[in-house]
Amino acid sequence: MIELKNVQKSYDGGVTLAVADTSLTIERGEFLGLIGASGCGKTTTLKMINRLVEPSSGEIRVNGHNVINQDPEQLRRNIGYVFQGIGLFPHRTVAENVSAVPRLLQWSAGDIRARCEECMEMVGLPYAEYGARSPTQLSGGQQQRIGVARALAARPEVLLMDEPFGALDPITRSELQEEFKSIQKSMDLTVVMVTHDMTEALLLADRIAVMREGVILQIGTPQELLRKPSHDYVRDIVAMPRLRAQRLEELMRDE
Amino acid sequence: MSENLREQLLLLPAYFQGHLLLTLAAITMGVLISVPLGVWAEQSARVKRPLLAVVSIIQTFPSLAILALVVALLGGRIGFLPAFIALTLYSMLPIVRNTVTGLESVSTSVIEAAKGIGMSPNQILREVKLPLAMPVIVAGIRTAMVWTVGLATLSTLVGATSFGNYIFTGLQTRNLVAVTVGSLASAGLAVGLDGLVASIQWLLEKRDEATDSSRLKRIRVSIYGAIAIIVSVALYGMIPQPRADIVIAGKPFTEQYIMAGLLAEVLEEAGFSVEQRLGMGSAVVYEAIRNGTVDVYVEYTGTAWANFMNREGNPGREAIRNGVVEFLAEQNVTTVGFTGFQNRYALAMRRDRAAQLGVTSIEDLVPFADELSAGSDLEFFGRTEWLRLRDLYNMDFAEKLTFDVSLMYTAVAERQVDVISAYTTDGRVAAFDLLLLDDPRDALISYDAMFLASQNAAAQPQIMQAIDAFVESIPDAAMRQANRLVDVDGESINVAIEFLRREVAKD
Repeated sequence: MIELKNVQKSYDGGVTLAVADTSLTIERGEFLGLIGASGCGKTTTLKMINRLVEPSSGEIRVNGHNVINQDPEQLRRNIGYVFQGIGLFPHRTVAENVSAVPRLLQWSAGDIRARCEECMEMVGLPYAEYGARSPTQLSGGQQQRIGVARALAARPEVLLMDEPFGALDPITRSELQEEFKSIQKSMDLTVVMVTHDMTEALLLADRIAVMREGVILQIGTPQELLRKPSHDYVRDIVAMPRLRAQRLEELMRDE
Repeated sequence: MSENLREQLLLLPAYFQGHLLLTLAAITMGVLISVPLGVWAEQSARVKRPLLAVVSIIQTFPSLAILALVVALLGGRIGFLPAFIALTLYSMLPIVRNTVTGLESVSTSVIEAAKGIGMSPNQILREVKLPLAMPVIVAGIRTAMVWTVGLATLSTLVGATSFGNYIFTGLQTRNLVAVTVGSLASAGLAVGLDGLVASIQWLLEKRDEATDSSRLKRIRVSIYGAIAIIVSVALYGMIPQPRADIVIAGKPFTEQYIMAGLLAEVLEEAGFSVEQRLGMGSAVVYEAIRNGTVDVYVEYTGTAWANFMNREGNPGREAIRNGVVEFLAEQNVTTVGFTGFQNRYALAMRRDRAAQLGVTSIEDLVPFADELSAGSDLEFFGRTEWLRLRDLYNMDFAEKLTFDVSLMYTAVAERQVDVISAYTTDGRVAAFDLLLLDDPRDALISYDAMFLASQNAAAQPQIMQAIDAFVESIPDAAMRQANRLVDVDGESINVAIEFLRREVAKD
């Protein structure tokens, strides 16, 4: 469970607020989509949860513990983190990349090896075939699968994702989205995913928070947002996938 | 194989060992200092700019100047230490710069990932940034290595043994075989050490490879072997050798090589162990005899008068002799005695050119001077003697060029210049049939050659007796002929030494 209470962040000493007075609770096993245009504060909100960014005020709790009282490195080792840049270590093998966090947590060699095989199997890249390869030998989609495997290797309860599928081609992206949704369900993961793709958010998230200019305009299930948008901006952004679908349908009919 | 080449190759092990130790020590120290500095600079913009500026400025200093400054800062200490410090300073720029560049070029997404999975700043540096920057850092080390091998040849001038001994001796004694051997050896060492660093990098990259093919294993063993051999050869020089009883020094020109060789031979025959430090600069060797790192060498009264005592006038030969001996005694340097010859500056011309102008003295030259071009060695036109000559005769040359000494003689012989600042005992004066011009106004001071001894050497009667046998025994003509044997006839230094000893024995 993740709780944000009156969290604010300013990068310029309070003149402007990147994130303004935000409160938010994400339940255990819930998948929350954070959506909004570039610069709306969604990534900042995400990064405050694992202290890659420190909040200016307010309180953040993960599983009931205030993050500010925890060693940031220790905190991050217990929270999975996946981002668009992937950032696999090019000088390490695929298996070493997946094992990185358990190694930091000083698991035994046997446990690390077993968990590494399990995670690689889970993302569809078997250890026997891919373990000894260099990340540079993998395709973009395969690299992001390994990115997910690395984030899950230490069995975190919480996973933070920053546009994880943003750089992938559409087919690879939808494959990965579906696979990831089933992994999330089976592991009962609490996920916060930042995206600007409303379709992705509608398909994956249990609840969606729409942000604009540092403020969460509305938070709710996809149905709630579609039926009762509290704000013109919310209505427009939620309507986008449906409008596109209609446009496609019209194109089909014209032929 | 020619006798000359064989003689040169006999010197190879000692020079190789000296050069290798100096280079490896300087590079190792350079890496130990520069990589951490580079890491620091990459983390702090406040450090980075001033640091890069400082190491760049060090690099722009002429290398000889750095050597001289380090010697001065160490209170005149010569040998391995100043050369090592100067070379270490010189190796820093490429290593620091490549460390900074290498670390900065690590992709930001990799660093974000490392941070995001919970690596500490220290772990990010050690496990991610440094390994990824390693190829760039190693490239910097390899650049520094090649520079250092080349620059180490200059350390001969401050009394450290290197391939520079070949090059400087060879240049001054017109021994092209020695120059060639020294240059090839230096180039070969640069290539070899560059390969060694490349191999170490290769080893580091393959370190983690679990599946070890037998070929990989063989290569690995041979690289380890090569490293072990090179390091042990270098370290062999670190074993403290029993210090020679007497250290004999010399400056980088033929006469000095001959006199130092003569002293070495004589003192060895008297039962002392002798070490020669050849090709050193005047100021360096003078400091060294004052502090006792050098025991015996041949100096000239004019050099002491003008350079060590900073005197400007010319009170005459006797007064300079007495003044210098007295001054040196105050500096704890004993004048054992005068050699009998004097090697002073004199203006010289081709005999036919002088006849054409009707010139036999500097006085006669005055009306023509503003149409003539003059050549000198690297220092003459910068010395007070030249200024006094110019003022006393109220003349100046149309063109003043400076040359390496052997090129200066060639220049006048081939009519590229009209007048040169010749040395009176130089064999090339006779060989090129040059006329030494009289100096009726005594502008140029005398340069009587004298045997100097350190306090320690002066306290040992046997040393003093051995040198005493040569006091006032070598006339100008004998020294000129000895120089000529080497500079003109291409004989070895040993032949010239034997010639001098025969001449001395005649009396």
